[in-house]
Amino acid sequence: MAVKKFIVGSFDDEAVLFPAVKQVRKSGYKIHDVFTPFPIHGLDKVMGLRDTSIHTAGFIYGITGTATALGFITWVATKDWPLNIGGKPFFSLPAWIPIIFELTVLFSAVGMVLTFCYLCQMAPFVKKDHFNLRSTDDLFVMALECTEKTNEKEAVAFLQNVGATDVVVDYKETEWWLGRYDKEIKIFEKGKQ
Amino acid sequence: MSLLRYESQVRPPLVKGNKEYHQVTEDICRPVESKPSRAWWIGFSISLAFLLFGVVSVTMEVIYGVGQWNLNKTIGWGWDITNFVWWIGIGHAGTLISAILLLFRQGWRTGVNRAAEAMTIFAVMCAGQFPIFHMGRVWDIFFSLPYPNTRGPLWVNFNSPLLWDVFAISTYFTVSLLFWYSGLLPDLASLRDRAKKKWRKLFYGITAFGWTGSTKHWQRHESLSLVLAGLSTPLVLSVHTIVSFDFATSVIPGWHTTIFPPYFVAGAIFSGFAMVQTLLVITRKVLGLEQYITIEHIEVMNKVIILTGSIVGIAYLTELFMSWYGANQYESFAFMENRLNLNSPYGWSYWIMMGCNVLSPQIFWSSKMRRNITITFFMSILVNIGMWFERFVIIVTSVYRDYLPSSWSTYYTPSIWEIGFYLGTFGLFFTCYFLFTKYFPVVALAEIKHILKRSGDGYKNKMNEIEKQGSDDFVKEHSHDHGA
Repeated sequence: MAVKKFIVGSFDDEAVLFPAVKQVRKSGYKIHDVFTPFPIHGLDKVMGLRDTSIHTAGFIYGITGTATALGFITWVATKDWPLNIGGKPFFSLPAWIPIIFELTVLFSAVGMVLTFCYLCQMAPFVKKDHFNLRSTDDLFVMALECTEKTNEKEAVAFLQNVGATDVVVDYKETEWWLGRYDKEIKIFEKGKQ
Repeated sequence: MSLLRYESQVRPPLVKGNKEYHQVTEDICRPVESKPSRAWWIGFSISLAFLLFGVVSVTMEVIYGVGQWNLNKTIGWGWDITNFVWWIGIGHAGTLISAILLLFRQGWRTGVNRAAEAMTIFAVMCAGQFPIFHMGRVWDIFFSLPYPNTRGPLWVNFNSPLLWDVFAISTYFTVSLLFWYSGLLPDLASLRDRAKKKWRKLFYGITAFGWTGSTKHWQRHESLSLVLAGLSTPLVLSVHTIVSFDFATSVIPGWHTTIFPPYFVAGAIFSGFAMVQTLLVITRKVLGLEQYITIEHIEVMNKVIILTGSIVGIAYLTELFMSWYGANQYESFAFMENRLNLNSPYGWSYWIMMGCNVLSPQIFWSSKMRRNITITFFMSILVNIGMWFERFVIIVTSVYRDYLPSSWSTYYTPSIWEIGFYLGTFGLFFTCYFLFTKYFPVVALAEIKHILKRSGDGYKNKMNEIEKQGSDDFVKEHSHDHGA
């Protein structure tokens, strides 16, 4: 299994992180990822990530739901088993709107959540690595991927220079989950570290 | 201290006590990571006992049929449907707080949304029991779904509000659950990464789905939350609208009114917020979360209660006016005789409803009362009682005297198994809520951290100082050279 080298810098303030990300990218380092305890608006733009299109997927799932409900009810009520109720039209759209609406919402919501889990490769029992366990607590962790050209010492110094409070060099297996969430990573304990 | 964002000083801080990010994690994870208190065990045991009573009551009904309940031919819907509408109404506040207030950018929702959403899910679970067991032959429950069958195939009636209910409530439950759980993922990951015991690592490792906090994941997560909020907003309005259609599309005097959808939705939000208050007033105290669920949160929710309570009050008066103005003798009889007349068999229930829902919330015009915890708790119970009676009034007083006086029902009182079923859903609700407070973070961790720098105490104080400064001083202190 191939192993990759990462330089991992931790920041304790998002206001420091922002310019740091800009400078790191400007200097040509490759940012593997930035792990944050909460969403930071604009960080994706600064990192140069493209916009997510998950909402478009949601729209497509939604209209699929609409079409499914409308098509199915129409088939049932006009073709498969038409019921004559006082001569009213078989195609009674107003009465179907509630169910059509509910199925639109249901398809869209379920589809989007499944898509979200698929895109992020998230499921029960999945274990992933995010370099520093405190990145779900109070640290903003930037991982730089090292290539052959990367000078390790320079990169460490660079990260310290742009405001990282703690910089370490880390090695990870290059599977799709990028290593394993495992016991080798030390748990944050108050007073230590 | 970030100057990236600015929020008006007029708004009180949403997180008190000058917190840093790590302190927030500690505070919110503490109840999950420490052993449950004696009070928790007592509460949990009582809930389990109620749940057990409910199971026995339902078992009696399943074995011997709906005849175990004191319903009759005239009063076909009694406590069961009253309880159904009551619970489903309570289940509206969570999604309102998490979805509608997200779209309206109400920052205060972050303190209370997690618990309110959990409450929503448990309330909908309770609500669902009633129509399911009211069917009698519960093993034939799948008949309510449109599936290819050997009876024709004979389909369900897509024109029936009762079928709309099946779709509305199952969709509402699914979407609320997804919304709640997707919001929980980052917080479960925080718990996972703090876990020291083996089973904790395992449990939160499984439930966190491998969340890492990667920027790309956050970007998708934000988009997902926003779209789910956008979907839930019409959904939450549609659900109680459809529940009201169960009544409004019928021809029973007292039910056959076009005012029902908005009136039911307002009532649902009203009772939902009351239940949120009941739970959070206790939860914040017991779990020591007063700095996150502050008195300002309580006050804002009391404002929602007086608003929706007054809307409900206007609806009651409108109904009365229409029954007089419409000059339909049956309509008029349903309102003037069956409800308003205190001497009629169920007149008392109408006046309990009026007193609890319309008169008593008016106390919240006073800000002193809105900020009083004891009054808030007492009022929330009153509103819950009042809203139960609203459904009872709508259902029972409309049907107990039908068009044929010889079949007018004698006084309807619930049987022990009917009461047991209702108490059993309380058991289910509180058992779930107790487990939730023990194993899940009651306050949305990541969302609190997200607003901390903007609406936290420390930041507000600092901004106050800056605002007091003269502008020249500010420029002198913060200006820097951009190099021509």
